[in-house]
Order: sequence, then C-alpha cells, then structure tokens
Amino acid sequence: MSRVGLVVVSHSARLADGVVEVAAQMAPNVTAVAAGGTADGGIGTDFDAVTAAIENADGGAGVVVLYDLGSARMIAEMAVEAADNARLADGPLVEGAVAAAVAAEGGADPAAVAHAAENAAGPPDEPAPTTGESEEAVVTLTNEIGLHARPAATVARAMTEIDATVTVHFGTATADGRSVLALMGLGARGGDRIRVTATGPRAADAVRTFQELAADNFGD
Amino acid sequence: MTVGCTAADLVTAIRAAAATVAEHRVELIQLDRAIGDGDHGENLDRGFKAVLAALGQSTVDDPSAVLKLVATTLISKVGGAAGPLYGTAFLRASTAVKDRAELTAADVAEALTAALGGVVARGKAEPGDKTMVDALTPAVQAATGESITEVLTAAAEAAQAGADATVPLVARKGRASYLGERSAGHMDPGARSTALLLRAFAEAAAR
Repeated sequence: MSRVGLVVVSHSARLADGVVEVAAQMAPNVTAVAAGGTADGGIGTDFDAVTAAIENADGGAGVVVLYDLGSARMIAEMAVEAADNARLADGPLVEGAVAAAVAAEGGADPAAVAHAAENAAGPPDEPAPTTGESEEAVVTLTNEIGLHARPAATVARAMTEIDATVTVHFGTATADGRSVLALMGLGARGGDRIRVTATGPRAADAVRTFQELAADNFGD
Repeated sequence: MTVGCTAADLVTAIRAAAATVAEHRVELIQLDRAIGDGDHGENLDRGFKAVLAALGQSTVDDPSAVLKLVATTLISKVGGAAGPLYGTAFLRASTAVKDRAELTAADVAEALTAALGGVVARGKAEPGDKTMVDALTPAVQAATGESITEVLTAAAEAAQAGADATVPLVARKGRASYLGERSAGHMDPGARSTALLLRAFAEAAAR
C-alpha cells in the first residue's frame, strides 16, 4: 500500500531533520523528507529543496507539506502550487508532523493527513452533550506499547466514525478519544487499566468498539 | 505568431523578454535605487539569465510547461519580493493554460488574468499601492483582441500607462512604503518591469 508522504519545511536544516526523526519513529512506513535551511547551509528556506523533497516524498499517494514560520509558508505554498501532488497543512510543526505521520501510517488520504496535522494543537474544549446515553467501561491494555502511536491512531480513527463524545481516563489524566496526540499523551502502556467514558447517541457503540479494539491489541 | 502560440513561440517570447530585462537592467536599478533597495534590475536580470539557461537545458512540450519552468526558475533565482511575485504570476499562468498545445488569443488573456490573481494573492497589494499590480491590472483589463498580438499589444500599452501613473503615488506596499511621502515622484520599478515584459511579449508576437 502506498502511503501519503510528508515534507517538513523549516528555516533550519537541523530543525527539519529533527522533526522528521521524531515523526519517522511514530510512523516507520511513512516517507518523511526534511527541507530545512538555505542551499548554502544558512537559516532560511529554499524553493528548490522543498520542490525536490516533495518529489522524493511521493510514493504515489500524494504529499502533505508542513512548515515552520514566516517565509517558509510562502515557499511551501509556491512549491505545493508548482507540484500537482502536494497539499499544505497549516498546523503546529512538531505535533502536526507527528499527527500527520501517524495518520499517514494508518493509510489516511492526503486530506485526512493534512486535517490531522491541522488539528494537532487539539480541538477546543466542548461542553459534554446533555442528551443521549452515557456509557463507560474499564479496559486493561494487553498490548505491549499500550496507547502509543499506531494503537492511538486506530482508536482515534474508530472513534471519529461514531457519533459519541469519547473520553479516555488514565489516572488523573483524560484524553479526547478522537485525538491521536491526546491519547498518546496519556502514556498508558501494556498492563495499564484505563477507563473509557462516552456520551451521545451512540455511546454504547463507542465503548463496545473500544473494548473490541483493545481485546484485539489494536491490531498489533 | 498570427495563429496560435506554441511552446516554441513562447520560448522565443521569453528569450525576447530576457533580452529586454538585460537591456533595461540599469534603468530598473536606478528606479529601484530611488525608492527601494536598488536590486530589482540586478535580480530580475539574474533570474531571466537563469531562465535562458534552464530553457536551454530542458525540453518543454507545451506552453504550460514553458511557463512553469520560467516560474520555478524565477522563484529560486530572483531574490527579494520580485522572485515570488513574478514566479507566482508565471505559475498561475501555467496552470491556466494547462494541457493546451497551442495558445489562442483568449488563452493569453486568461493567462494574464490568472497571473494578476497570483500576484495579488501573493503580495496582497491593491491598485494604487504603487506596485506591479498598478501595471498588471490595467493590462488585464485591456487584454482583448482577435489575435495574440492585439491582446498583448493592448495589454503592454495599458501596463506602461499604469506604470507611468505610479509616479505621483505614495507607496503602500513593499520596500518603497517605508519612504512614505518621499516615494512620490518616482515610477515604481516593479510596474515598469511588468510593462517591459509585456511589451517584449507583444513585440515577439508581432514578429
């Protein structure tokens, strides 16, 4: 399966390389390419480098481009416009790259990968819906890495498709069930017990789906 | 170029534009020195020399590909604001005429409209800000005619009139805006280079 590739555009070569390194660790099968610094090794962004990175990152499923600040956006915009296989994601660089990489690893299309990056800063807090059912369950994680990259992505994708507000509780921390990064941020590992609560029209479905995914070790 | 404009015709026109830029390099430098940082002529000349080199090295199959090669070369070789602005203009023009083997007069007008859209989107300048938009906007409005030569000649004349009209303006965008009132009394170098390029294209079309 061909996955969406990523390009990280930064004023600094080392920053771009570092972000790619972090993203690659979360998503070993995703091609992420750094385009940082100017051609002569200085601070800045280089159109040709970004264009080449987009070419190198594309395995046939398209490319999502993230950028750091200022003129990097303009260079990234022009490179995306000149390529016909790329799109821009306007999200936080590090969190966005990780969220995008995890989404791409899971086989998401370019629009969904860009969306993951753009929402990586976290959705605004919403009040819990007062209508519909309310369900909860305690789940023991039996896979070794727990709610880490791919399992977190699996959960977030599944919860996104169900009309319910899902919250995952671990110790005193809580996470939105639709947010890959929030789920990863819980730090729940194999053997840990987490509590899943859901409200909304399909709360029961959401909790049952979560339990099924956990029982299947999230497909790992 | 009485009928359609092929990739080869367009390459000829681009070469003519590069020659015009080289010829007017010092004039553009002097205009920019008055109200900017003085590098417009130098940058544009370097960019179009790189375009000539790129055209010599690549095989370009259709007009859209020629415009795209010009765009990417200008973006990567022209410093300052002019590279991204002219680059985006050529990039949008390229997209506007994608997959056409020969350009008609209507295609040329459409490409100019797309180019203006790109410049405005990139630079956020409006008419009256004393920028290349002041040449390109009237050029697009005037770009009508039965033949490509008519379209480009009308556009080039309107562009030069637009550039001339920037003389009394106070700059509101770009480096010149830092000068405030002192920017009045000088022609905007970007508007002038836009008019020069369009005139070069029109003359190439007429030949």
